[in-house]
Order: sequence, then C-alpha cells, then structure tokens
Amino acid sequence: MFLAATGVFSEQALTALVAGAILAGVPLMFAALGELVSQRAGVLNIGLEGMMLMGAYVGFVAAYHGGSEWLGFGAGLLAGAGVSLLMVLFCVRWGLDQIVTGIAITLTCEGATALIFEAEFAESRPTLGATDKVAIPGLSDLPVAGGKGESNGSIFTQPLVVYLGLALAVLVAWILRRTHMGLNVRAAGDAPGALDAAGVSVFATRSWAVLFAGALAGLGGAFLAIVGAGLFQDTIVGGRGFIAIVLAMLARSRPLWAVVGAMLFGASLSIADWAQVAQINISTDFVFMLPFLLVLFVLVVFGRRAYLPAALALPYERGTR
Amino acid sequence: MTETTAAAELREPPRPREVTGGQAQLGRGGDFFLRSILPLVLALGTGAIILAAIGVDPIQYYKDVYSGGVQFAAWQDSLMRVAPLLLIAVGLIVVFRAGIWNLGIDGQFLLAAAVISGIGSRFEEHLPNTINLLLLFVIAGAVGAAWTIVPALLKARYELNEIITTLMMTFIGINLAQILVKGPFQDPSTTTPQTRAFDFTALLPSIPGTESTSRRWPGVHVGLLVAVAAAFVVWFLMSRTSLGLRLQVLGASMRSARHMGLDVPRLIIVAFLLSGFFVGLAAATEILGVKGYQRADWNPAFGLWVVPLVFLARLHAIGVIPYVVLLSLASIGGDYAAQNAGLTPQFTLLLVGLTLLFMALTEWIARRTAGGSYLPGASYRRHRAEGAG
Repeated sequence: MFLAATGVFSEQALTALVAGAILAGVPLMFAALGELVSQRAGVLNIGLEGMMLMGAYVGFVAAYHGGSEWLGFGAGLLAGAGVSLLMVLFCVRWGLDQIVTGIAITLTCEGATALIFEAEFAESRPTLGATDKVAIPGLSDLPVAGGKGESNGSIFTQPLVVYLGLALAVLVAWILRRTHMGLNVRAAGDAPGALDAAGVSVFATRSWAVLFAGALAGLGGAFLAIVGAGLFQDTIVGGRGFIAIVLAMLARSRPLWAVVGAMLFGASLSIADWAQVAQINISTDFVFMLPFLLVLFVLVVFGRRAYLPAALALPYERGTR
Repeated sequence: MTETTAAAELREPPRPREVTGGQAQLGRGGDFFLRSILPLVLALGTGAIILAAIGVDPIQYYKDVYSGGVQFAAWQDSLMRVAPLLLIAVGLIVVFRAGIWNLGIDGQFLLAAAVISGIGSRFEEHLPNTINLLLLFVIAGAVGAAWTIVPALLKARYELNEIITTLMMTFIGINLAQILVKGPFQDPSTTTPQTRAFDFTALLPSIPGTESTSRRWPGVHVGLLVAVAAAFVVWFLMSRTSLGLRLQVLGASMRSARHMGLDVPRLIIVAFLLSGFFVGLAAATEILGVKGYQRADWNPAFGLWVVPLVFLARLHAIGVIPYVVLLSLASIGGDYAAQNAGLTPQFTLLLVGLTLLFMALTEWIARRTAGGSYLPGASYRRHRAEGAG
C-alpha cells in the first residue's frame, strides 16, 4: 500500500486512531451498560452524569493517594454506587420523580466535586502516570489492531479493566436474556405488578439495578480520570453521562449494542483528533455531531418506535394499578 | 377518570388536579411553605454546614452573595440575568404543563444565540436599529422553535420518547452552533473563534431609570421587560385560553385528551414550538443585551439551572418570577462570594442541586399530608402508563 508510507495513513497513525476510539469508548460503554440495566428495570437514571463525575473524582483521589489504579477503579465504583443510593431511596423506595431526582444528583455532584477538588488540589493539580497494559500474546503483534509497544496500545493491548468490561457486557447480555435474575430485571421494567404477584420484590430488583448502574457509571468515570486523562478536572465528564443515557435507550435493551454504540461514538471522537493531526480540513464539531445525526436519521427513517420498557420512569406502588 | 372531570379540575390551572380534600388539612399557606420555601431553607442550611465544614464562614458567605448580587450596582447584573432565565423558565412551563419533557434547552439556546450574533452584526449596518433588534428577536425565537421540530414530530407521529430526541438534538445544536461561530460567522479581524461584536450602540436600550454612572453598561436592558411580559402572556395562555386548557388536558392525561377529540399530535408540536420559541428569545436577550458577541466555547448551560425553579414555582408562569430573581442573585452574587471565600463558583450549582433534592423530599412529605403533585412526572407517569391508547 503506497498510502502506508505517508504520515497520516501510517500504521502508527491508524493504531493511534483505534486506540483513541477505545480510550474514548470504554467510559461510555461502562456507563451505558449500567444505564441499560437500570432502564430495563424501569428506572430512568438521569443522574448518570453526576455519578460518573463522583466516580471520576473519588477514583482519581484513591488512585493518586493509594498509588494503584485498581484502588482507583474500586473507589470510583463504590462512589458511583454510593451516589446511586440516593436514587434508590428517592425513586425506588419513595417513588419520587426520577427525572427531577436525576437532575438534582447531577447538579449536586457537579458542585460537590468541583468544590472538594478545588479545596484539596487547587495548587498542586496532580497527574497520574500511565496505566499498565496487558498485551495479548500473539494477537498484539498484529499491525494496527495489535498495538504492542504503542503508548496507547490498540485492540489487543489494553489495560486489564477494558477486557473485564467487555466480558462484563457479554455477561450482562447473557444474564438479561437467559437467567431468572435477568427475567426479574426485565419484568421490573415491563410489568412490575406481575413481578410482585410472582413473589419477587420489585423494590429489591430495581434497587440492585440502580446500584449496578451507579457502580458502572462510577467505574466509567474513574476510567476517564485514571486511564483517559490521568488527572481530574470538573469538566472531565463533559456530557458523556447524557450521551450514555441516549446510547442505552438506542441500544433497545441489548447490552452488546450499547458496547457497539459506545465504541462507534469513541471512534468519532478519535477521528476528530486524527483528522486534526492529519490536517484534513474537517470540523471536529462536525465529527462529534455525526453519530447523533446518524442515529437521528435512522430514527426518522426506520426507527419509528424506539423500544422502551413499559414501566420506564414509573414508580411502583404496591396495590395500585 | 373521565374526560369531563379532567377538564373541570383543570379549569383553574395553578392547582394540581390531584389536590383534593387532603389539602385542607394543611391549608394553602402550609402547603406553600412545605413545598416552595422549605426546600430552599433546607438547601441553604445544608450549604452552610458544608461551608463551615470546609472552613468558610457561612454567614459571611451568604452576606457576600447578597452584597455581590445586589449592592454597588450589581443588582443591574442580577436583573439582566433574570431575562434569559425567566424566558427559559416560561418555555419550560409550557411543555412541562403539557406533560412533555424538553431537555434540549442548551442546544436551542446556543443555536439561536449563534445565529443572531452571526447575522445581527451584519444587519446592523443596513437596518435601523429598532427594526434590526426586533427582527433578531423574532429570528432567535424562530431558530429556537425550529430546533424542537424534529423531537416534536417524532413524538407526535411515532411517540418516540422526547427525552432521547431532545438530548440528542441538544448535542447536535451545541456542535452546530460552534461550527457556525467558527465558520461562516467568524469575526475576520481576530483568530479567536468568535463572532463579530455588535456595535455598542446597537445593543438593547436600557430601561429608563436603571442607568448607573459608574458602569460601562448603561443600565438594565429592555430584555427584562420582554421576559416579564412573556411570563404574563404564558400565564394568560395557560390559564385563560382554550389552547392552554387543551395543553393542560394533554399534560394531565393523553388518553383524556384523545377522548375529548383533541388533536394530540398538533398539541404536542405546538407545545414544543412555543417552548423553543421562548428559549430562543432567552438567547436573544443574553446576546443583544449583555454579551454582544458569541465565543465558540461559550455555553452558560442555563437549562439545568432553571428546571428546579420551575418545579418550585409549581409550573406557574408568574409564580416563577421571584425564584428566578433569587437564582439570578445567587448566581451573580455567588461568583463574587466564592471568589472572596476562595471557593469555586460551582458551589452555587451545589446549592441548586440540593434545593432540588430537598424539593423532591418535601414533595414526598407533602404528598402524604396534602396529596397531589405538581411535577410533570405525575402526568408523564399517567401518559406512559396509558400508553399509545
């Protein structure tokens, strides 16, 4: 290939493109996966943005002080789950409005993380080092997709948590489709009354789903801060929580579609960077817009009705119809 | 319930349709206190505890918010901030009352702002100033409204969830606004991605009597009057006209609306267009009254700020005014107070978020004592539960 010799289509540049797509896509994947489960159980979690931010902040601080990225991921996960406890209490337990609570959570977390970060790190603005990557033997030697020895890796050279995330997506897909637990979650979203009648607690099912969503959003945020940026700033999530909500809705309750959507989105973010390096005259704003335009086009032409669980955003009250 | 009761109960719009005899236990004043004042008090109290915990004197902080938002002609800034916030609030009230979630405020706002700041500074040479400003207001409203058409049609025709579509349109709108500002509307005399600034004299005139000799700005711009007028128009529309009644029936129950023979798809589109129009006007007041130009990275993200207020005011277009004034004061004064205390200005966001959380909480208490809920969630709930019908 004669193009391979010229800069922007060189193996290195293309590897960076793929790596960038994964780096941008993984946080979205985690958050969208969690949101999907929560929506499947009938809880529309608009507070995702706030949960990601809290996960990013706590994860960053834990990784910075603890010196281990795993400590950071764990802390981010717990922080996200902790914030979602509010959602559990307000929306599942007390049946308050999910959208109002979600917006409240997002605003509160935006304020709180900025406040604590400024108070703690106003002068130092610390950064983290690069994360260790696992190169899959054999596959990581492939051109472009391998990424062995590249600074950001590629498909087969990624931090372990990325592989775990992909495995989790498969697991969630399997659980939702094939297990009793998955059936319960789906029933909590489609027919909570029927689930209750079958003797399974709607509250418990939904609570676990919301906690799961919060934990994964927190993990996604921690990934953003620890692996993606290596630092924390109050704009780090920058609307990704809302993008993840849209991705989860568009995935029509199929976890693997959420993964595909997140990666597609990551790719478009990465293409924007790549085009800039390549000095291709294309507006980065346009590239960011592209996935949404595409989705909107699909919705207008084919989508007609996006599938959403019947009881989405409806609090369940025993004994009412 | 039948369609006639829905209509009857909705004849007096500020009262929720569920509020029945239960309210008598608490009385109107108690209900108002519990639902509209208590959340604010609790949020300010929690804010004070947080401030004290991080070593900032809360009393001094709140004093600073007051003096930074009111004293030394800061009240002019605060009043000018009221204009866009109130117009957005009014736009939200129209859709929320119709039981529709328009969460795409920021896209509508920025796009309208980009269009008028781009074309406005070119028009000003050719048109008399007053006509130019009026025209720009109309254009801004039209752009804001146009940006709701896709979600409106998708909801009206396919019942596609408007939360997804408005959120998507807001991302597209924000990016499109940036493309416009960096591309066709770029000021050729600078490399900063921004539009050409308006001539200072071409901005909105100020309300007589609000001028200040010590400041660059002549006074509070007339956009404030536009906003207040809009609040009265929407109050009149929602409570005194047939269209308002129809929108509220739609919000109360989509099924009832259908049974009454209302043209539901058309009502959905009307509600969306109206809200987008007011959001566009909000952008016009901010650009033509305060900014005078637009930078590509400018995004005040007013949308989420306003949502809590609209609920606190129980979706009442005039009742929301004091809350908007309070928020404007808090956001202008909050910047000053935060700077004084060495905090990030985002502290104000925390207060707004806490208010919303406490509001949800008191709503829960109020529902047990007084019954009923003003949140559009109630209508959303019903309309989803009833489904397409």
